[in-house]
Amino acid sequence: MYKFTRNTKIICICMMLFGIISLVYGFISANKNQYSDLEIRQAVKQMYNEYKSDKKKYNDDVSQSVKSKDASYDNHSGSESNEYEYASLFKKIENKFGCKLDYDKKKNAHGLEDIIYVTQHYFHVKKQRPWSSLFLSNIFFLMISLAALVWLAVQYISQSGWSVYLLRIPQAISSFLPIGGVVMVFLIITSALHWHYTFHWMDEALTYEFVDEASLDTEYPKYSHEMSEGMIDNSKFDKIITGKTSYLNIPFYLIRTFIYLLGWCIAAFLLRKFSLKEDIEGGLKWHNRMFTLSAIFIVFAAITTSTGAWDWIMSIDTHWFSTLFGWYSFASFFVSACAVIAIITIYLKYNDYLPEVNENHMHDFGRYLLAFSIFWTYTWFSQYLLIWYANIPEEVTYYVIRFEHYHILIIIALILNFVNPMLLIQDRAAKRLKGQVLFVAILILIGHYIDVYVMIMPGTVGTHWHIGLVEIGTFIGYIGLFTYVVLSSLSRVPLVQKNHPLILESKHHHI
Amino acid sequence: MSYEADIREPLIIGKKSLHDISEDIARPIETNPNKWWWALFGTSVLAMLWGFGCIFYTIGTGVGVWGLNNTIGWAWDITNFVWWVGIGHAGTLISAVLLLFRQKWRLSINRSAEAMTIFAVVQAGLFPLIHMGRIWVGYWVFPLPNQYGPLWVNFNSPLLWDVFAISTYFSVSLVFWYMGLIPDFALIRDRAIKPVMKKVYTILSFGWSGTAKHWQRHEVMSLVLAGLCTPLVLSVHTIVSMDFATSVIPGWHTTIFPPYFVAGAIFSGFAMVQTLLLVMRKVVNMESYITLQHIEMMNIIIMVTGSIVGIAYITELFMAWYSGVEYEQYAFLNRATGPYWWSYWAMMTCNVISPQLMWIKSLRRNIVFTFILSIFVNIGMWFERFVIIVTSLHRDYLPSSWSMFSPTFVDIGIYIGTIGFFMVLFLLYSRTFPVIAQAELKTILKSSSDTYKKEKK
Repeated sequence: MYKFTRNTKIICICMMLFGIISLVYGFISANKNQYSDLEIRQAVKQMYNEYKSDKKKYNDDVSQSVKSKDASYDNHSGSESNEYEYASLFKKIENKFGCKLDYDKKKNAHGLEDIIYVTQHYFHVKKQRPWSSLFLSNIFFLMISLAALVWLAVQYISQSGWSVYLLRIPQAISSFLPIGGVVMVFLIITSALHWHYTFHWMDEALTYEFVDEASLDTEYPKYSHEMSEGMIDNSKFDKIITGKTSYLNIPFYLIRTFIYLLGWCIAAFLLRKFSLKEDIEGGLKWHNRMFTLSAIFIVFAAITTSTGAWDWIMSIDTHWFSTLFGWYSFASFFVSACAVIAIITIYLKYNDYLPEVNENHMHDFGRYLLAFSIFWTYTWFSQYLLIWYANIPEEVTYYVIRFEHYHILIIIALILNFVNPMLLIQDRAAKRLKGQVLFVAILILIGHYIDVYVMIMPGTVGTHWHIGLVEIGTFIGYIGLFTYVVLSSLSRVPLVQKNHPLILESKHHHI
Repeated sequence: MSYEADIREPLIIGKKSLHDISEDIARPIETNPNKWWWALFGTSVLAMLWGFGCIFYTIGTGVGVWGLNNTIGWAWDITNFVWWVGIGHAGTLISAVLLLFRQKWRLSINRSAEAMTIFAVVQAGLFPLIHMGRIWVGYWVFPLPNQYGPLWVNFNSPLLWDVFAISTYFSVSLVFWYMGLIPDFALIRDRAIKPVMKKVYTILSFGWSGTAKHWQRHEVMSLVLAGLCTPLVLSVHTIVSMDFATSVIPGWHTTIFPPYFVAGAIFSGFAMVQTLLLVMRKVVNMESYITLQHIEMMNIIIMVTGSIVGIAYITELFMAWYSGVEYEQYAFLNRATGPYWWSYWAMMTCNVISPQLMWIKSLRRNIVFTFILSIFVNIGMWFERFVIIVTSLHRDYLPSSWSMFSPTFVDIGIYIGTIGFFMVLFLLYSRTFPVIAQAELKTILKSSSDTYKKEKK
């Protein structure tokens, strides 16, 4: 039996508190100096009108000055930095609201609605930051606990002998599934209520062709599919997203989310229950049931990890699509799960548990980490190379924003996730040292957090990304929560499945 | 030696000693083949000769003798190429990846699977060569220094990457295979009575004496080669998939192609291993070594990779719709319902639906069923490539260029010819080479054989 000591508990709780404090700080600072959409609209509209009348006056003056051949006006207009349309208007807006708008967005703005949108977008992004970091940490640990369950099921269906002493660890990790699932549902529902903007497509305004002109200045504009009196073209209308509504709509999305989470939780619950029964009753009955259940679960997971990744991560960049995305993101979560299982095992070893687990088992962890790190790199590179090579606008935008604004993170992720295991645990002797495996596993975990960061942030906070107190604090808080849940689950049952039919293979494991 | 749990099924059945294994494996080489072997060999030689005739006709006249047209500039040639390369994936997967996973059941099948791999890659390699039209300047595919000015190969082309990938794969597989054969050739040499045979196997076995030093070097070399082979299992078909996926043809350009092609290649490779081994184990009496357990394991791999391929098909279909790109949507609708609907549904039935029957344990262990299914998969995987290549090309962006493909007798002749050539090589192999890696197999006799397991109880 593993004993979850008081000191460990206190450390976990402190981490959680730190997480809560940073997140609360994040929410407070994000809501400071906020302006509602309507306020922005009214103010920008007023400034736009002023700008228009100024410009008209200015143009009249210019035409006069041309007549009087006075060159001083030209010099004056040159200093006004007219490198893009509305440059001076945007400068005023930025001064008024105290914000810094995206250069690309400013450059591409044409007309009042675009200018309002660009300004509102800045404040949406500001508000979004703590939500994104919560979403990121939650999905990271939720998917790790799922991937750990997949790891457990793979041990059963492949009838692996070496890992029998370790099977309680992925079982304990999967006990985080319900908690991560509840937070996930909470985040989806709040997004549907427009508390935050993680899922851009949940904005109803995108799917209507027309809007009532008079209602635009109210809090709830009236949208419609039909052209009628007083209606104008909806500048927010998005044809591509509209084409996806039969898949991306809130009811169906929630139903899918429930199916995934329920299926995973049931599998986690049953696998644990069967293994506890096996401890008491022995024999092959429960082992065979776990084998069957694992096979069924693997099929379910094979489908739901892909669709889950499309729903929860790929739909953030709603226009973009990639057939490999499901496998690529799962590769990331799977290798992270291998790292977490290795870290917990080594932690237990350092605390004198699991005496039968030795350097041969470390060797296998090292191989898992190395092999799946290479596999992750393979999927990362396949997706990147093909999109870069074909260079078609539908797809390449995804990498354009990432390579312009997130390149430093991509490079760090590739170093931590590929170069690190390649160099540090390639060698046989290195794989057999638990300190070395621990070090590499921690780096891999950080690397994949960064990788998932680069999957989520560009679509939610755009170019305004930070890795500050909010992101790091939330991540640390989640580590505390995750560790607390996993270790307390581990402490409630015997640490080893003593009646597993292959247990002696694990005991005498030698490579 | 590692411990093995009682619940694992034995991998060598019947009462076999170390000497029995040597006897069993040397027997096909030391005896003469029966008339069935000669009949099959004769048929294969005829097919091969017909294929060679068609190849010479193609080279002499030009690739215009194939059924290609302006719209469909690639058809059976590249279909056959990818099909054969795919088949040539099982051998290295068994020898390298299953070695990494410590799967002992690989030991009775690795030799033949690798042989099949090499013979399949030979067939695959023929197609790019004859496709060039001017085979006498074939060496231009290599980045050789030359005196034509700045004339150089296009390093950005996946077709060039193919040249490197496949030639590396072929050479490493060949060396790996041959390394394993050396101790086994030595066994045949030591048993040989006929002087010519003795001479031949003496040369083939490179003076192997079985000393500890020889074994040590051999083991180190095998490990290094296994390490080199593992990434090659992935890289070859990844690059083959990039021949298509780097383009912007709807139906070709999709990011899932690399891993999905690899899964498909393993799928078709194992199907071909099943087709050949189910016959071979009967003919050369290897039922004690290639047991129902081995067949079941291979069937599970076929089922798993078939399901992966199935998920990839459905992912592609869904993403084509989800993308909102009209051309993508049309390409997939056209695959399923257009003029080539029959090839799409042949592919779906053979590759996705039929392997699901392997969930039933009694079917997995049924030899006749397994044989039929392996043929199904071979057919299905040929159609997969046909669907990807011909159906994606036959609807051009310009409707005036829409066209259909019909193979000429030369297309068919070359395809049949490669099957004949492949069979000729495999039939010769099965009577002159030790078809099971006996030296390696003997290492598990004490842990995994039926006799040993019974003694332990």
